Amino acid sequence: MARLPPSSGPASPAPAPVACSPHGRFGPYGGRYVPETLVEPLEELTAAWLAARSDLAFQAELSDLLANYAGRPTPLYFARRWTQQAGGARVYLKREDLLHTGAHKINNCLGQALLARRMGKQRLIAETGAGQHGVATATVAALLGLECVVYMGREDMARQALNVARMRLLGAEVRGVAAGSQTLKDAINEAMRDWVTDCQRSHYLLGSALGPHPYPAMVREFHACIGREARAQILQAEGRLPAEVIACVGGGSNAIGIFSGFLADAGVRLTGVEAGGRGPQLGEHAARFAGGSPGVLQGTFSYILQDAAGQIAATHSVSAGLDYAAIGPEHAALRDEGRAEYVACGDADALAACRFLATTEGIIPALESAHAVAEARRRAPRHGADAAIIVNISGRGDKDMEILSRELGLGGAADSPVD
Amino acid sequence: MPSDSRAHSSSPAATPAAAGFAPFFARARAAGRPALIPYITAGDPTLEASRAIALALAEAGADIIELGIPFSDPVADGPVIQRASERALRQGVTLEHVLALAAEIRRRSPVGLLLFGYVNPFLRLGWGRFAQAAAAAGVQGVLATDLIPEEAAEYRQALAQRGLEPVFLAAPTSPDARLAAIAAASRGFLYAVSRTGVTGAREQVPPGARDLVARIRRHTTLPIALGFGLSTATQVEEVGRFADGAVVGTALVAAVHAAVQRDGPGAAAPAAAKFLRSLRG
Repeated sequence: MARLPPSSGPASPAPAPVACSPHGRFGPYGGRYVPETLVEPLEELTAAWLAARSDLAFQAELSDLLANYAGRPTPLYFARRWTQQAGGARVYLKREDLLHTGAHKINNCLGQALLARRMGKQRLIAETGAGQHGVATATVAALLGLECVVYMGREDMARQALNVARMRLLGAEVRGVAAGSQTLKDAINEAMRDWVTDCQRSHYLLGSALGPHPYPAMVREFHACIGREARAQILQAEGRLPAEVIACVGGGSNAIGIFSGFLADAGVRLTGVEAGGRGPQLGEHAARFAGGSPGVLQGTFSYILQDAAGQIAATHSVSAGLDYAAIGPEHAALRDEGRAEYVACGDADALAACRFLATTEGIIPALESAHAVAEARRRAPRHGADAAIIVNISGRGDKDMEILSRELGLGGAADSPVD
Repeated sequence: MPSDSRAHSSSPAATPAAAGFAPFFARARAAGRPALIPYITAGDPTLEASRAIALALAEAGADIIELGIPFSDPVADGPVIQRASERALRQGVTLEHVLALAAEIRRRSPVGLLLFGYVNPFLRLGWGRFAQAAAAAGVQGVLATDLIPEEAAEYRQALAQRGLEPVFLAAPTSPDARLAAIAAASRGFLYAVSRTGVTGAREQVPPGARDLVARIRRHTTLPIALGFGLSTATQVEEVGRFADGAVVGTALVAAVHAAVQRDGPGAAAPAAAKFLRSLRG
């Protein structure tokens, strides 16, 4: 596959305008809904980020780490057997799963960790759902010699036990969160409480395109390399733009990363896939657009799952990384504008898609990414054979092997007796 | 209106909200003490008990009661108030219940009432409807923990239309330019956060608290209440030397919860009154 030179080099002194208003608004969404104590740390972060955007030395260091530490650019792989079997569009996979630590999360973690060091912070705080962001944060903390504390819901710790061990091996402290639903939302609450207490010394390395300004715009930008690479790669491979780009959406960082490369290309359809969980009842899924309404959760105004009284609803998804009650504010704006479309895919379809990609292409996607694969299976045949689509494989499925083994019945004794 | 007598149980004012929070601070100042501002989570242990607690607090000498609206994701609160919020939510307590509770308290007492909550339940009800209901309930003002002046235009307008006072937080991390904006947006009083962190009782009044209050005073003549971490009469007395009010939340919530655990919901109001009297030294 085409391996391009590192996507952001020291050659671009004038950075593109940021994606949001100066107050962090994407249309009506976004903003900064935080206790007063956090405003100054957020201002400090915003200033550091804006300065770093036009700092050639910073960009050069980030590019170097993305290329030589994380493994960028990632391949755009043509899924030959999938395409042959399914008919319709030629399916390409953007292989973020091949990055160091196993998911796209490392892109943002490297960027924010360099910012933290630039601001003189000694300690990184992170939340994690599936554990991928926690592992990536623990990794960059080790890389830069920073302390690291990761908050993780106890339910998530149980279903992603291997990632807990990985974080600890990397030298991070993992703190279990027993409050609420014991998942990503509760981990973010606890991380915010830590940050509000220790904001002078610590940087909160938020892992998705969520939260108060500048996080949604900043996280998007650290993942924009996905879209920039994918656009150049598909042009090289196909000589034309894709008909559609499909990505899963928890908070929405991998999706906004790849979408951002194609936003200006009006002919490219952008599709985000939320977690449909077990069904459409509130509490059984994490489909914010299908079942939610505008509101404020954890610092940002966007679509959220809530009850009639404005309490945040419980969520469910087989994939911990999509199991969250709010969607990143830029996605809400893209949906309002009609620029992107959002659909939901249930647990069972995601599990089946996981098996499909494993057996068809020899690639085991993360359960999060499997939601995008499932939707792409439905959509590819609707396109003509001359069209190409890109599916963002945001992470690899190693971390999900226990769940996959249980749900797909892969454990136990040998498949067939050996004589 | 300022009066030395603590005649809380005399005839309730006809339009309690009209004068805002000023009279409560004036009365405390005239008595040479900080205004006592206890916080309770509405609906912990029950809405009925919360009414009794609030009335008992007023009777015991509270000037203003912060009526906390339970929320599922209270990021500014420590574990004690988080648990109180969870207990209230388990009983299905909503913002509308809290507004009804405020109205009941108001019918029986002229004590100052500040609604204290997170922004999403307010948004869900709608700023206009919320402000109308809060004014009808007879509260003086509102503090939305996760709403900073820059995001508060609609909120301030809705409250102003109903004669309600928006109280904003000022933090140790707030630079002077922000303190000026916070002071300009606030009505009634300002709430100074004694230290970075979440709510929760601490042994000492942080040394930076006095500096913060002094910095705020350069931008406003409004009263300044200090909160986060206060739990004892000694601390309240110390705060009274430089601030106009002292907020006590976590320690009160914990004391009431312990009494309820031991002796049932009926023990809540007496425990609250006892705790408040202990703060008066």
